[in-house]
Amino acid sequence: MITRDDILAWLKCYRQALGENKDYLTRLDSAIGDADHGANMDRGFAAVLEKLPSVAEKDVGTILKTTGMTLVSTVGGAGGPLYGTFFMRAGMALDGKTEFTPQEFLAALEAGLAGVQQRGKATTGEKTMVDALTPGCKAMREALERGKSLAEALDAAAAAAEQGMRDTIPMLATKGRASYLGERSIGHQDPGATSSALMLRCAANTLGRVQDPA
Amino acid sequence: MKKLINNPADVVKEELMGVALAHPDLVRVHFDPNYIVRVDAPIQGKVGVISGGGSGHEPMHGGFVGVGMLDAACPGAVFTSPTPDQMYEATKAVNGGAGVLHIVKNYTGDVLNFEMAAEMAMAEGIEVASVVIDDDVAVQDSLYTAGRRGVGTTVLAEKICGAAAEQGRSLQEVADLCRKVNGWGRSMGMALTSCTVPHAGKPTFDLPEDQMEIGIGIHGEPGRTRMPLKTADEITEMLALPIINDLPFKSGDTVIAMVNGMGGTPLIELYIVYRKLAEICKGHGITIARSLVGNYITSLEMAGCSITLLKADDDILKLWDAPVKTAGLRWGL
Repeated sequence: MITRDDILAWLKCYRQALGENKDYLTRLDSAIGDADHGANMDRGFAAVLEKLPSVAEKDVGTILKTTGMTLVSTVGGAGGPLYGTFFMRAGMALDGKTEFTPQEFLAALEAGLAGVQQRGKATTGEKTMVDALTPGCKAMREALERGKSLAEALDAAAAAAEQGMRDTIPMLATKGRASYLGERSIGHQDPGATSSALMLRCAANTLGRVQDPA
Repeated sequence: MKKLINNPADVVKEELMGVALAHPDLVRVHFDPNYIVRVDAPIQGKVGVISGGGSGHEPMHGGFVGVGMLDAACPGAVFTSPTPDQMYEATKAVNGGAGVLHIVKNYTGDVLNFEMAAEMAMAEGIEVASVVIDDDVAVQDSLYTAGRRGVGTTVLAEKICGAAAEQGRSLQEVADLCRKVNGWGRSMGMALTSCTVPHAGKPTFDLPEDQMEIGIGIHGEPGRTRMPLKTADEITEMLALPIINDLPFKSGDTVIAMVNGMGGTPLIELYIVYRKLAEICKGHGITIARSLVGNYITSLEMAGCSITLLKADDDILKLWDAPVKTAGLRWGL
């Protein structure tokens, strides 16, 4: 089972990864966007970490919904509503739970992804965060269905998301600010796909260490 | 980075503190969430008009809050859309019972955040209409992009719709007018230099001394093409002709013309551009009935300019001439 403490560790890991990659994300965003993705995500997750102690004793649904609401009110840009929606939807899927199965966690990630697609009206192949999250969720589902452990499934999810992230490089952006560049968006890695891949890598590094039930 | 700031993290907060202290007769500034609101808001029975967007475009939008223009403006971080809680609180603060118009520039972040704010306000029973401004002809409007960016026409729409709201028009009427202005306005910009976002610390893009970017966005997003620097007259033509051909503006049309500085270009150069623009319009049989030359929708310290033409009928011209009293635009009062 995955516990509340694992989720808190995941969020802390992601906050740290965003801090470490702030300049990298901003550099990616300078090439095809407006040079604010790293700073925005860093600011948002710093605020999330400040909020977490007040909900640390609540259920995971509340923790993730609080994370989403905090992101919506602190990140701005497109990242705020999109990551905010991701965590709010994931939280709704885990409402009332303090521990849950890998399958339930996957369902929460998929609910989050569906929320992102609905809010951003984006699908795969448009050079957005959807291009990392979609293969990530798919790889995790396939691994779990083949009976793999949570650690293996999350590792597969992170690897697939990272591949999806790299696959955005040759893509022509058709959503978001990068789409204004047309052909000139080709050859650059999408910053949103990159921050999404980091999120799944953190899940592998924290939740993935959880012992699977024997 | 060489800037007149104290700390990159404090730029927007300290600017807003300055605005509050400089213009207490016009506006109040609310912090956390941040918004600038007309000192006499809410005005009972009047449609509230609000806008917002990333900071770094001053005087837009905060400098346009006041009598005859915006009721409130929501400033985000530099070049970053504000958040829904800002727009939601601003909407509540200006709601005088006649509904609230959101004027939104077409950027993915602005659209998403305003959408969430409108949903929140409507859940509270406040009538909200949203109009998205997308007037930048540098960007192809197609299925394959997020659509045209919202630029210079936003300033004109805020003035004209603010005047209409001040006259007591209904939310439906003000929103329809805003859509008409957006439909009749076209803009295009160019950059001579890049700009530096304070928290990024480095220029957003590199533009060599002998190059310019045609079709630049107001956040330093690349535009149509980069090319060797040309003369002011040639540049004016490269901006004006795509604008004229896009609507298209026709012989006999009357327009409001804006030559806008990006923040780092002196007025002396903007008037050189205006001189050529006037000549081009005349050559096309287009009458410039009103003009605006100066820094109104900027991109930090970027050097360069944008041109906006708005086709104007009598109603639009009368609303343009109506009294306005804001930090950024002031006449008739």
